[in-house]
Amino acid sequence: MKYTVSVLVENHAGVLSRISGLFARRGFNIDSLAVGATNDPTISRITIIADGDEHTAQQLEKQLNKLVDTIKVRMLSADELIERELQLIKINAAPAQRSEILTLCDLMGAKVIDLTATSMTIEISDSTEVLQRFHSLIEGYGIKEIVRTGTIAIQKGAVTIR
Amino acid sequence: MITAAEAMVKCLELEGVKVVFGYPGAAICPFYDKLYESDIHHVLVRHEANAGHAASGYARMTGQPGVCIATSGPGATNLLTAIATAYADSIPLICITGQVSTDQIGCDVFQEVDITGAAEPFVKYSYLVKEAADIPRIFKEAFYLAGTGRKGPVLIDVPQDVQMRMINFEYPSEIRMRTYKPAFKGNPLQIQRIHDAVNSAEKPLLIVGGGVFLSGAEKELRSFAQKAHIPAVSTMMGLSVFPTDDPMYLGMIGMHGLRSANTAMNTCDTIVMIGARVGDRAVRSPSFLAEGKTIIHIDVDPAEIGKNISVDIPLVGDCREILTELCAMEYDNDHAEWHTEIHEIKNIVSTNEETEGYINPKVFIRRLSDRLPDDTICVADVGSNQIWTCNNFGFREGGRFLTTGGMGTMGYSLPCALGAKLSSPDREVVAICGDGSFQMQMMELATVIQENAAVKIIIMKNKRLGMVRELQTKNYENRLIATDIGNYPDFVALAKAYGIEADRVSTMAEAEEKIEKLASSKSAYLLECNVYKLESTL
Repeated sequence: MKYTVSVLVENHAGVLSRISGLFARRGFNIDSLAVGATNDPTISRITIIADGDEHTAQQLEKQLNKLVDTIKVRMLSADELIERELQLIKINAAPAQRSEILTLCDLMGAKVIDLTATSMTIEISDSTEVLQRFHSLIEGYGIKEIVRTGTIAIQKGAVTIR
Repeated sequence: MITAAEAMVKCLELEGVKVVFGYPGAAICPFYDKLYESDIHHVLVRHEANAGHAASGYARMTGQPGVCIATSGPGATNLLTAIATAYADSIPLICITGQVSTDQIGCDVFQEVDITGAAEPFVKYSYLVKEAADIPRIFKEAFYLAGTGRKGPVLIDVPQDVQMRMINFEYPSEIRMRTYKPAFKGNPLQIQRIHDAVNSAEKPLLIVGGGVFLSGAEKELRSFAQKAHIPAVSTMMGLSVFPTDDPMYLGMIGMHGLRSANTAMNTCDTIVMIGARVGDRAVRSPSFLAEGKTIIHIDVDPAEIGKNISVDIPLVGDCREILTELCAMEYDNDHAEWHTEIHEIKNIVSTNEETEGYINPKVFIRRLSDRLPDDTICVADVGSNQIWTCNNFGFREGGRFLTTGGMGTMGYSLPCALGAKLSSPDREVVAICGDGSFQMQMMELATVIQENAAVKIIIMKNKRLGMVRELQTKNYENRLIATDIGNYPDFVALAKAYGIEADRVSTMAEAEEKIEKLASSKSAYLLECNVYKLESTL
């Protein structure tokens, strides 16, 4: 089972290593981890996508809460969140293929941010599901490189975590 | 304005610290230079790990965080084992290390090591001090963190140049931490549920862990047992909460526990675990144990609840607070039948065969505890000697047992006993160790004599790493390797070389006389006991 965890932590040195160390130490599997300061610069928000059964998820929540730097931990269920990941993708693109790729990008809400005689670099930000669909559409051209930020998530509606 | 080093010393003074344990080096010299002017007594150990273990013994007896100090690099890494030991046993420590100057951090200079990074998995929290002005706040927080909630070690790493900077010293009067709020009071609904569960149970049983000592709830726990008519067993860390001969009490559970205690644990219908974390040495198969039983778990650390055993009634909070509330309630079930059964279970005794011409450690330890005062502090090391002590030392009212049940760190007993003795100079303190574990700490004989600490030391000399030898015999077809440690050194001569009184006992016939000499000595004393090489742990 995949689950999404939002963690608010003190924004100071060493916190990220404490969090990531916890995962390694306790044997939790993480798919992605994204971190950045919030509107309050003293607080960072970490979004973790992890894998495991319910017992593991509960333990993860408790262990995260136990860390002295942790302000709040919230387990988010799939139906209450909006998730996004930003990816930069470099693909093979001969001049003859450009317009075809551009159409795909246009349809999928992606943007071409760099171009050479043989390649194109594409920027896309969307949910995991859409990103997977986009990959399958462009993989035929030959993906040379993918860089991804890791998933971030926010709750739907007016509710906030603070 | 004062230097940050002076501020560090002032912080310790303001926290009421009287004794610190340490070993100096270049990077911590500015701090030591200011300690020179303080009334705080510094105990110079002979290895940094032992500074941590001694501080642990001191902390466990005073209930306040113990303080240990080491220099950067190897000094700090030597301290790691003691930090991990304290973490596993939830002992409050303040560990102060010197660090190379801030402009040199990351350059791999002489005696530089990333100690906050290295210690990260087993500290409750750590600080690498970059701003000298933060010293008062950091010390205030560190003492608070170490000594509240689930207690544990806190590391403060202070670069040498930071120690020498000038700051305005003002010690904060209160803690401002938005993230750390340990639970104290238990949820009243859950307390009621626990009351109802034990009152309606047919065969309730208390499992007492080290958390009972950590929250100072020994009295409250025993009144609860009495009031609710619940018999009790103990984990290794909970030993001596109950006197050994208390009719309500059955002894230590677990892999190395008593058959009677384990039988009670397996036959009861409701378990109240209090300040215990269901460690694998105490409960080998938690899911098997929990089957068909109501499991109640009381602990200050929410992460312990449900970690190793599934729980029916969880309760987070301070043991003493919760037990006080449980004691204030009425219980009308006296569990009479269960107590009759417990009485029978208690009669299951293991037999001890004596080997002619040797000391039987089990019988010897019983006789030793009979002779020592009621309030003796007994420290066991790790290995067979630990189990012999756990199952045979007769604890009485006011007595106290110390050991490392979580980490199982060989070499813990002597420095721990030294720390305990310095905290309680009027009490008898005895360290029981094996000839293997003693050789991991014997340099501390020098500290014992330097501090004039009248610690009594028993060495169970079987010329083997006995517990591992037993494992090799049972599980590895008796292919014995690296467990024969030979008949050396002559520990009596060694102790005397340090100026410590010492004697040797080889047969049970002379045991009484030799115990008498040890017990009546007013100074440090070492007794080497000649134990059969194949003496079994249980």
